[in-house]
Amino acid sequence: MADEVVLLDLYVSMFGMRVRVALAEKGVKYEYKEEDLRNKSQLLLQMNPVHKKIPVLIHNGKPVCESLIIVQYIDEIWKDRAPLLPSDPYQRAQARFWADFIDKKLYDIGKKIYTTKGEEQEAGKKEFIEVLRVLEGELGDKPYFMGERFGFLDIALITFYSWFHAYETLGNFSIEAECPTLISWAKRCMQKESVSRSLADPKKVYEFLVEAYGL
Amino acid sequence: MAKSDVKLIGAWPSPFVLRAQIALNLKSVEYEFLEEALGSKSELLLKSNPVHKKMPVLLHHDKPICESLIIVEYIQEVWASSGPSILPSDPYERAIARFWAAYVDEKWFPAMKGILGAQDDEARKAAVAQVAEGLALLEEAFQKISKGKSFFGGDHIGYLDIAFGGFLGWLRVIEGMGGIKLLNETETPGLLKWADDFAAHPAVKDVLPDTEKLAEFSKVVIAKLRAAAAAPAK
Repeated sequence: MADEVVLLDLYVSMFGMRVRVALAEKGVKYEYKEEDLRNKSQLLLQMNPVHKKIPVLIHNGKPVCESLIIVQYIDEIWKDRAPLLPSDPYQRAQARFWADFIDKKLYDIGKKIYTTKGEEQEAGKKEFIEVLRVLEGELGDKPYFMGERFGFLDIALITFYSWFHAYETLGNFSIEAECPTLISWAKRCMQKESVSRSLADPKKVYEFLVEAYGL
Repeated sequence: MAKSDVKLIGAWPSPFVLRAQIALNLKSVEYEFLEEALGSKSELLLKSNPVHKKMPVLLHHDKPICESLIIVEYIQEVWASSGPSILPSDPYERAIARFWAAYVDEKWFPAMKGILGAQDDEARKAAVAQVAEGLALLEEAFQKISKGKSFFGGDHIGYLDIAFGGFLGWLRVIEGMGGIKLLNETETPGLLKWADDFAAHPAVKDVLPDTEKLAEFSKVVIAKLRAAAAAPAK
């Protein structure tokens, strides 16, 4: 039976990109549907009535919501190739912990960079760099977060890389200057087709924010 | 396995710590409970969870695992051969269980805190309405997921029972405070029965905090939440 896979998404969403990367890693064919969040489709409202958010993966008609839950689902369904989570329970717990940390911190703190000014913005930038530094510490000198293989935690973070240009331009700072190791890691990830093809063009992300927030 | 191989840093009133305790009980894992003194954080906690400085922390062979739901998944994976599976075996059902557990943590629990921290009757009413709305969604989810059985996990307590059930003591405290029946026969008949079955379960009944004791303790929590709400925004 052929799998029917549909992704409801937003091109610039770093959360949606996580799903795109996971699907690409697994070589899964799917139909991409771009949502206009100011005018949400009936399908989105039907498939994610609780949060009405993207991404939503619809697999054979059944919706899966929340980006990291979707990535785990993808890993479990297409388990015969490109494992995303480590097999060791402790390593899995670590990967989940840090992905959860990213979800708790990065988006909201990053938002301060383009929605505030002056002192508040400076504080936001500082907080943002601190979070990246903590993650950089976790990476250490490993090629990827969990070691030799690209996986779940890399996916959770790499999609934010497409937003770095926007953060830097709107916040007037250089992330590479502050976190060179993290940027090396990001460029390493970008060498993978599953990543480079799934991430949004950073210029488009910048344009999106300028338009959405009237900057 | 020696008891000291598994330690849990926690405190009796915490719904999050309770989740870890229930999971350990379900897997019949012997563990040492390291009770945190309320109002202060031990050296061990700060060392084991430097990022969030919060409990629960599971220490397995001295390696820390943090975040209650992550701990529950870890317990299932390590002690998979002991007792029934905490997570559903079907990936789609797993995704649904994880979705609702995330909903409980991200949407429903803040609304619960909203009731406790409410500065006035109007705010409390609004928070209660939010909690009730959430319970309606969870009731619908329960009906779909339990498929007529006692628990979200079916015949056995599972991940979502644990995630939501951790809050049962607090739910009862809030009901007592306001004289309201958040779980009731008309709006949440499934969850009403579920609550009793959950509370009576052998893995739960000895660790579920006594409602009266929790009500007494809630005064401390309420004072803290109200003070935090009244403090100037950072």
